Amino acid sequence: MSMTAGLSLQTVSYAFGAKQALRDVSFAVEPGTFCALLGPNGAGKSTLFGLLTRLFTTGQGSITVAGHDLARQPRAALARIGVVFQQPTLDLDLTVRRNLLYFAALHGLAGREAETRSMAALDRLGMAERAGELARNLNGGHRRRMEIARALIHRPAVLLLDEPTVGLDAAARFAITDHVHGLAASGLSVLWATHLTDEVRPADQLVILHRGRVLANGTAADISAGKPLSDVFLAKTGTPA
Amino acid sequence: MTAALIALRAILHREALRFVTQRGRFIAALVRPLVWLFIFAAGFRAALGLSITPPYQTYITYEVYIVPGLCGMILLFNGMQSSLSLVYDREMGSMRLLLTSPLPRWWLLTARLIASTTVSLLQCAAFLGVAALWGITLPWQGYLAAIPALFVAGLMLGALGLMLSSFIKQLENFAGVMNFVIFPMFFLSSALYPLWKMAEASPRLRDLCAANPFTQAVELIRFALYGQMNLPALGWTLLALALFGGVALWGYDPARGMVQRKG
Ligand SMILES: Nc1ncnc2c1ncn2[C@@H]1O[C@H](COP(=O)(O)OP(=O)(O)OP(=O)(O)O)[C@@H](O)[C@H]1O
Ligand SMILES: [Mg+2]
Repeated sequence: MSMTAGLSLQTVSYAFGAKQALRDVSFAVEPGTFCALLGPNGAGKSTLFGLLTRLFTTGQGSITVAGHDLARQPRAALARIGVVFQQPTLDLDLTVRRNLLYFAALHGLAGREAETRSMAALDRLGMAERAGELARNLNGGHRRRMEIARALIHRPAVLLLDEPTVGLDAAARFAITDHVHGLAASGLSVLWATHLTDEVRPADQLVILHRGRVLANGTAADISAGKPLSDVFLAKTGTPA
Repeated sequence: MTAALIALRAILHREALRFVTQRGRFIAALVRPLVWLFIFAAGFRAALGLSITPPYQTYITYEVYIVPGLCGMILLFNGMQSSLSLVYDREMGSMRLLLTSPLPRWWLLTARLIASTTVSLLQCAAFLGVAALWGITLPWQGYLAAIPALFVAGLMLGALGLMLSSFIKQLENFAGVMNFVIFPMFFLSSALYPLWKMAEASPRLRDLCAANPFTQAVELIRFALYGQMNLPALGWTLLALALFGGVALWGYDPARGMVQRKG
């Protein structure tokens, strides 16, 4: 069993009743690695995120986060995870700062500590000057950045993002993809779910998920082997990316 | 301060801020019992006077009688609304965020329940304030004693909502909840008619109403509003709280996968 300071999954399966959503999913994301989880609609990406954040659990397989088994030490594991869900989870009527402080408190942070960490996280995403704005008044790209900043406040070891660029224009998409590659370079294990091949860089780790199974796991450059990644993806899944 | 208390304070603060920013919700919640008080009860004032039973010490008008029941109505509506909003609308996102906290799940759900009950209490205070302006005043000890009574009753009804939200998938809209939960609970209770009056119509009906946890909550509030303790009502309300709360926690167990169901 691989023990990593990052994220690791061993033979994880999950079914919604009779519908098998994940089958024997195994892979690991080391610290400092940007791992793209590439899969078409319905591949099981969000289901995997639900399991990784313990919104629900499975009896099959195991998940470790920063050395903590999610089933045996759920709270220690959750304390090391930052997550951006596919559906936004903002309080639109509250300011950016308030949204971040609320989240900080959910991780036991208050007072000056929460303030400085929130501001530092916003700063890291280039959002410091928007701290006082209502979330409702931010554009889609800035809302997503705010969610990413929020996910960093408690200094997680593992950052999970479920299709964080959906609905954003090309510039915002590029900026966010770039930011998160920077976060991985600074030492986080990043798992980035997407169905867009152009968000994957050659040096990234790439896991291709299709109908709940892992079809490939390696560096993107190795998997695409000189061909455009979208062609490889189409060939493997029968679905254009 | 411990992490658990920091989180509780933040959850309360968030609920308070939402309460302030969503003024429409507040007005709607206040108008409902006031309509009952001003129109329904005023209309019955002549027809229905009530004789003297505890906690009342004098003959009371019908309007005075239904004030505790209308406080209960505020708690009932809010309790259902705050939990069932999870099932249909955007609040599910905030629930997900809440549950990614490393604090124990039972504590997070309890904190959320405490927060929504606190908001209900503010609405009850506003309602009692308007009722006082209308001339329905209560002894000052009653206003004080009502605070813990309303709180316990609110927790119990909120826990009921939480429990329903984790089990009943087919309650697709609030109308369903109105028809199958709120209306039966409200009408088959001592909120509008005292139990002895029900017994005149049918002892069966009286027994049904007495078994309704909402009746117990309303009686707890009614006695508290006169500075008195109704121990059996408190006991039944606490029992219902423990039961609904326990089942709700079981319903939200991650192994049951409830949180994934929507979106
Ligand atoms: N609550 C649920 N009940 C039953 N089946 C579900 C549920 N949620 C998802 N599924 C099914 O599980 C499979 C995986 O869904 P999932 O949402 O994880 O995919 P995804 O990769 O995130 O897709 P998308 O790109 O559309 O977000 C799909 O076939 C989906 O229909
Ligand atoms: Mg998805």
